[in-house]
Amino acid sequence: MADNVHGTGGQTYDHKKRAWPPEIGVFIALIVIIVIFEILGALVVGQSLLFDTKGRFDGPLGIFNVARLKIMILQVSIIGIIAIGSTQVIISGGIDLSPGSVVGLTAMIAMSFAQVAEVNGLPNPKPVFGSWAHDIPALAPIVVGLTIGLFAGLVNGTLIAYTRIPPFIATLGMMVFARGAAKWWTKGEPVSFPTESYATIGSGMMPVVIFVALAILFHFLLRNTVYGKHTYAIGSNEDAARMSGIKVQRHKVMVYAIAGVLAATAAIVLSSKNLTAQSGMGIMYELDAIAMTVIGGVSLAGGRGSIIGTVLGAMIFGVIISGFTFLRLDAFYQEMVKGIIIISAVVLDQLRQQRAAARA
Amino acid sequence: MSDTGNSIVLETRDLTKHYGGVHALEGADFVLHAGEHVGIMGDNGAGKSTFVRQITGVEQRTRGEIVFDGHPVHFSGPLEAREAGIETVFQTLALADDLDVPDNLFLGREMTRLDWLGPFRLLDYKGMRQATLDGLKKTAVKIPNIKNTIRNMSGGQRQCVAIARTATFHSKLTIMDEPTAALGVQETAQVENIIRTLKEQGEPLILISHNMRQVFDLVDRVVVFRRGRICANLDIKNEDITGEDVVSYITGARTQSGHAEAA
Repeated sequence: MADNVHGTGGQTYDHKKRAWPPEIGVFIALIVIIVIFEILGALVVGQSLLFDTKGRFDGPLGIFNVARLKIMILQVSIIGIIAIGSTQVIISGGIDLSPGSVVGLTAMIAMSFAQVAEVNGLPNPKPVFGSWAHDIPALAPIVVGLTIGLFAGLVNGTLIAYTRIPPFIATLGMMVFARGAAKWWTKGEPVSFPTESYATIGSGMMPVVIFVALAILFHFLLRNTVYGKHTYAIGSNEDAARMSGIKVQRHKVMVYAIAGVLAATAAIVLSSKNLTAQSGMGIMYELDAIAMTVIGGVSLAGGRGSIIGTVLGAMIFGVIISGFTFLRLDAFYQEMVKGIIIISAVVLDQLRQQRAAARA
Repeated sequence: MSDTGNSIVLETRDLTKHYGGVHALEGADFVLHAGEHVGIMGDNGAGKSTFVRQITGVEQRTRGEIVFDGHPVHFSGPLEAREAGIETVFQTLALADDLDVPDNLFLGREMTRLDWLGPFRLLDYKGMRQATLDGLKKTAVKIPNIKNTIRNMSGGQRQCVAIARTATFHSKLTIMDEPTAALGVQETAQVENIIRTLKEQGEPLILISHNMRQVFDLVDRVVVFRRGRICANLDIKNEDITGEDVVSYITGARTQSGHAEAA
């Protein structure tokens, strides 16, 4: 048999036709958005968004407006932690609508184990528990909080994997339930006065540190471990994954459980940063997290995307929020533009998929 | 068909599958010898794919025995069958489009390091890449860039990737369920060449196909299914059997003596 018959049928592979990783597109979008705000800033308020125009040039990042950069990253880092969870859920072909409510519930309960006995020499005015729960090490509320997130995630995952309820419905149920539970916990009262050790978790730039550390960890997990590979495989072709012997159901439970733990992490950081927990905490966070993920090039169809993309998506978010404040525009413009950007990101993903389908 | 000699790779006795009241497969007795390539033919719904699904553990049989490699087996899932050495190329390609070639070959049985990390054990990309190149070489499959995702490949290349699993994992039996149904002429030729390579290497194969020319070109023996039963066992290499004969068995115009009349 002539050897050339073995050659590839159909189209041959062309290095030049290889599509750019979507992250590069997201990065370019980030730069474009920054440039737009810089131009508008120069025209409208006569200032630069990101750069230091007062000539202080202090420190290694001297050319930047460090204060604004810090705020920019800080304000997206807590939702960013949730977005890391959303990224792996969406890559696996699912969706999670519950993190915002899980944040509320977890914050309320964790904070209840982080209260001090005395405030300014007087007994704590609003203790949730008796004195046994006062002034205990921060490890206790952390463990309690993460366990609640884990449990919520396990329920989500089990419902989705074993009862075949669509992820949208299962996590919508959890979203409503957890919000209700957050209100029920103290009959709507906020929980305040955390111990000093608990308050340090989210103080200063700690949310950023935690966000970046988790982003690096999950970037590695998704790329270099069996867990990550199976997450992509299930999102890409669930039947193929099953036929290949991947325990799809068990894996899905794990994906949602981890998303739950990440939501709980965000709750602990947030309640610590705010020094209080309220039942309304985290409302709409899940949608912002999903938006960051989608803007970052993670395909809602599953199987494609990365943590790098999501981090870039979070930065686009940060720039837009800061940019609107900087231009002294009202918050509702901000939301309208956010909405437009989310739709654009999904449309782009659709176009990418159609192009890929046409090529195949 | 009496005693299991060393030369028998796979034997089924009275293999039966009912879906509720539907008798999809009824009393299938089948033998495959070492190095033998057997074609399975039959109309749509004749029970060909059902037969394969019982062997590969995708479904659980209602009744009957399967002896593979000298041992009675009862696979609870396709992974077990695969671990025992039965590699299946499914009718619908079991490939993840967004992953590359090594990822797909090793899907569900990745080479790993630091296994004590459980689900978070590390992937050995280098090892898998090398094993993939070796497997592709063995089947003489040429894929320009194995780092390319399956999505960017032609139908023929995809099918070749699916088949290359066989060589990569040194399976004892390969089952192909209509491997060229969706392929063009050139791609079909490519897949058929891989099948010939397997024959030369003495790898046993079960080929489900509707393509009479292909079956006569490639296999030693044809087993015909009709309405859930095996209705003929034809030694096409040694006996004077034509395509028309096979068609008459498929359509039910004839039934070989010794085989139960299809209900």
